[in-house]
Amino acid sequence: MQMGDTVFMFFCALLVWLMTPGLALFYGGLVRSKNVLSTTMHSLTSLAIVSIVWIMFGYSLAFAPGNAWIGGLDWIGLKGVGFEPGSYSETIPHSLFMMFQMTFAVLTTAIISGAFAERIRYSAVVVFTLLWVTFVYAPVAHWVWGGGWIGEMGALDFAGGNVVHISSGVAGLVVAIVLGKRKEAASSSPHNLIYTLLGGAVIWFGWFGFNVGSALTLDSVAMYAFINTNTAAAAGIIGWLLVEWMINKKPTMLGAISGAIAGLVAITPAAGFVTPFASIIIGIIGGIVCFWGVFSLKAKFGYDDALDAFGLHGIGGTWGGIATGLFATTSVNDGGANGLFYGDPSLLWKQVVAIVATYAFVAVVTYVIIKVVNLFFKIRATEEEESVGLDLTMHGEKAYQD
Amino acid sequence: MSKMYKVEIVTRPANFETLKVELGKIGVTSITFSNVHGCGLQKGHTELYRGVKKESNVYERLKIEIVLSEVPVEQVVETAQKVLRTGEPGDGKIFIYEIENTINIRTGEEGPAAL
Repeated sequence: MQMGDTVFMFFCALLVWLMTPGLALFYGGLVRSKNVLSTTMHSLTSLAIVSIVWIMFGYSLAFAPGNAWIGGLDWIGLKGVGFEPGSYSETIPHSLFMMFQMTFAVLTTAIISGAFAERIRYSAVVVFTLLWVTFVYAPVAHWVWGGGWIGEMGALDFAGGNVVHISSGVAGLVVAIVLGKRKEAASSSPHNLIYTLLGGAVIWFGWFGFNVGSALTLDSVAMYAFINTNTAAAAGIIGWLLVEWMINKKPTMLGAISGAIAGLVAITPAAGFVTPFASIIIGIIGGIVCFWGVFSLKAKFGYDDALDAFGLHGIGGTWGGIATGLFATTSVNDGGANGLFYGDPSLLWKQVVAIVATYAFVAVVTYVIIKVVNLFFKIRATEEEESVGLDLTMHGEKAYQD
Repeated sequence: MSKMYKVEIVTRPANFETLKVELGKIGVTSITFSNVHGCGLQKGHTELYRGVKKESNVYERLKIEIVLSEVPVEQVVETAQKVLRTGEPGDGKIFIYEIENTINIRTGEEGPAAL
């Protein structure tokens, strides 16, 4: 055990924890004022439910020794998860690693809510949250980090491109399609972009814990992750704004903060495997492809991913996974691998397999979950509830008294 | 001088965009609207803040004002009803007034020509 690493990882866990309240603000600003409380409740609900699930059985299903597909039940109820270092790091308490991973599970489940905002019934959200973290997040986390088949195959995912961003983005897309469009989807605009900026800034800040902490120590790889994270976020802003300025004629603040998130999502799987120069390219292209996802792809297929959970996290995570297969180099991280541009095409193939498998698994299981929830609870708010707003109809409160 | 009418619609804020488009199709180009609050037959709701109960049947509404001379009032009323009717209490009301005169601030024109 090392006190330096332990202090560092404790702060990283706090930083990642802060991302979920940040997400609540980010999403809260993007909805209309009649739905802001309902939207922030989705994130708070994830904090409540996933935190409990995680210590009861979620952590065990994701990280306990098991087979290629799912972890075992050895660590259920935190049995054997104590102050002594565990199998994932020799320098920090096992219980700290568990808490660090909990903040990821909470955030991932909360990200999905961007896709179903402004039209879902709250009871459905509660049950969906419980089922999703158990049957989707835990297995995918196990595949990648818990000793499952993706990690064994040698695909790289530094801080959760597959586990966090692709899985939440694809889940959001599925739920958005099943729920259908909001009645006023075409005419609804964000009610307070300053909340979105504040939330986005908190998310960016928290991302340092997310990516740098994924090194589990403050070594050279961690410093690369630190530099790459900030660089890609900055480059994401530039990429998004460049395209937006050319196509829509005006660069927007919402575009800038969305671009930052896009860059951060894109660098997530690559953060500890690529050079800072590569992170500029990954960030810029991340901003551009997410702009495309939000403006073109969504319009073309007509699904109502209300706050672009898929557009940012699904698309950005997909690009990040591919980019890792292109730009990864062992000169940054000798525990990693060389990507296509460093002479080894096999990594890119593994990355694509990991991405496709994650898409398929998450889409199918999320579809089954939301359909099962729909059997017992009505998932879609009525036209009247949607029109009055979910704050008043689901929660009996208003954010703004006039 | 042909007569001028003001049509005042108080309704749910929900379908305003559709209404604007539909009115545009029958030749209504100028609309004034304001956010208002009101109560009527729609069932009330309860807000509860840490035990402080607030019962209210006041809802947000949109007041839309249109002044017409060439476009027939009946056509506007028909369009508004078609777009705004949900069949539930709270759909709102339409009021029709006769207008004495209209003055265009920019050009100084008066009467229907000012519209």
